[in-house]
Amino acid sequence: MPDFSALTARFAPVKPLLPWLLLALALVAPFALSSYDLNLLARFMAMGILALGLVLIWGHGGILSLGQGVFFGLGGYAIAIHMKLADLPDGEIPDFMVWSGRESLPLWWEPFTSPLFTLAAIIVIPTLAGALFSWAVFHRRVGGTYFALITQALSLAFATLIISRQDVTGGFNGLTDFYSIFGVGLASPGTGSMLYWITLAVLCVAFIALRWLLASRFGILLRASRDGENRVRFLGYNPTPFKVAAFAIAAMLAGVGGALFTLHAGVVSPALIGVVPSIEMVVWVAIGGRYSLAGAIVGALLVNLARDAVSSAFPELWLYLMGALFIFVVTLLPRGLAGLAKGKAA
Amino acid sequence: MSGSAVSELLLSVDGVTVDYSGFKALDGFSMTLNRGETRVVIGPNGAGKSTLCDTIIGRVRPSEGRIVFKGEDIQNLPEQAIVGRGICRKFQAPGVLPTLSVRDNLALAARRDRRWWKSLGTGIPVEERAAVEEALEAVALTHRADVEAGTLAHGEKQWLEIAMVMATGAELLLLDEPTAGMGPAETSRTAQLILGLGDSRTVLVIDHDMSFVEQLAAPVTVMHQGKFLKQGSVAEVRADPQVAAVYLGHTA
Repeated sequence: MPDFSALTARFAPVKPLLPWLLLALALVAPFALSSYDLNLLARFMAMGILALGLVLIWGHGGILSLGQGVFFGLGGYAIAIHMKLADLPDGEIPDFMVWSGRESLPLWWEPFTSPLFTLAAIIVIPTLAGALFSWAVFHRRVGGTYFALITQALSLAFATLIISRQDVTGGFNGLTDFYSIFGVGLASPGTGSMLYWITLAVLCVAFIALRWLLASRFGILLRASRDGENRVRFLGYNPTPFKVAAFAIAAMLAGVGGALFTLHAGVVSPALIGVVPSIEMVVWVAIGGRYSLAGAIVGALLVNLARDAVSSAFPELWLYLMGALFIFVVTLLPRGLAGLAKGKAA
Repeated sequence: MSGSAVSELLLSVDGVTVDYSGFKALDGFSMTLNRGETRVVIGPNGAGKSTLCDTIIGRVRPSEGRIVFKGEDIQNLPEQAIVGRGICRKFQAPGVLPTLSVRDNLALAARRDRRWWKSLGTGIPVEERAAVEEALEAVALTHRADVEAGTLAHGEKQWLEIAMVMATGAELLLLDEPTAGMGPAETSRTAQLILGLGDSRTVLVIDHDMSFVEQLAAPVTVMHQGKFLKQGSVAEVRADPQVAAVYLGHTA
């Protein structure tokens, strides 16, 4: 086990100030960064929102999900469908539908014309999907590795479904070419900064809410069922609703993150939400530290920053590098970077 | 034992059979417990002692027979409902929650309203707080209340789990090998702890250690191959040739 205590001790005096310093920097970022870099940072923060949910279920609940991409995608597609519809002249249908030979809008696209419905859908659909799915699995007392495998199958099935229904989902290419959101032009000056601040605000709210939740009796019980589900059960608790609630919250955060990501990236597609991206989401959190909310955000930012830097120069190298990083962290730093900051590697 | 008091039936295990695909861990086993009684169950390895506990708490379902607690059939209730009726068990291997503090372990056990949406908060009701402090004192872990339970010594973990079972407020406590891995001094303290529970609780203890069983001075039920073999005082059971034969490995 490497000893980082000397390093940790040197930074101990500034540590309490660090979060505030970072928040201040994040707030003024729009004035300092180019619009390209700001957009990149906003995307990574959207991913950070998803990462927070993984701390809740994986770190504190012991529930490894390899299917967070599904919920990320549900949020992403909800807002993408709305933006496709909003930009459409009256009576027309999106161009990819025309190319696939469709003549009318699918019925389930219709309600997404409403901004209010879309906002609700971004939150409600992933939450409900997460709750129903996890309840179906947990109430049969399936957990651990089996659960992880089922979530992986779920993300494979979801991506396959989207690709196979090209005429209503945009297929492999996904949905792209958005021009406005809720009447505001995406290209107009100031929109980028505004959307960035909204993302930052959501990230902060999610962070504070989860911090409270993890410190509450709910958080204690979640950790208790992670460490001894049987003991908890035979103290008179039913662990299933606790785990389902945690999973639903993580799904909601993934959905909200996915919607914000789609806004910033200008695209949502199966390549962003399938099996491999879902595993990458777990890697961010493993590297940042799966027990730590701050660690997960830092992990999501750093890994994606590294990914951006490496994959633009050596596209084929990235997967190997990420794999190596993952192995390094799992074997030497089970608490990730957050463990390093706390001065305990194990 | 409280001889003059009217003995009221609390638990009755009635002709219970547990069949593990052909192997009968319990084979038509019956026993009863009165309110306030302390009973020890002994028997050689594989006699079905732990399966008896498993069956009472609903971890294992009997293929035949009934378990009646306070006049209600409980053999088909969900596990958490059985705890809710007032039965709690200490497991053989200490089942404390290692990353929680000792106090949080007890607070979890002392909680009366165990529905998930009632856990969204940090406040602990006064009576639960009192139950936690009382349990901490009973097992002399007050000074260790804020350490992670995983860092406790083995004997302390056993006591903590006994304290957790007590803190649930259960009327019937099932203590599965509470002295496993303890030295003589710790064993005596455990006996004192159980004796100190008084008449308000009914206790079913499973143990191998005869010196511990003697300290409890409680009636003993002997099990063998999933069946009832004998019941009596420690001295009676000790003097019984059938019991001796079972422990020496001969089937009577």
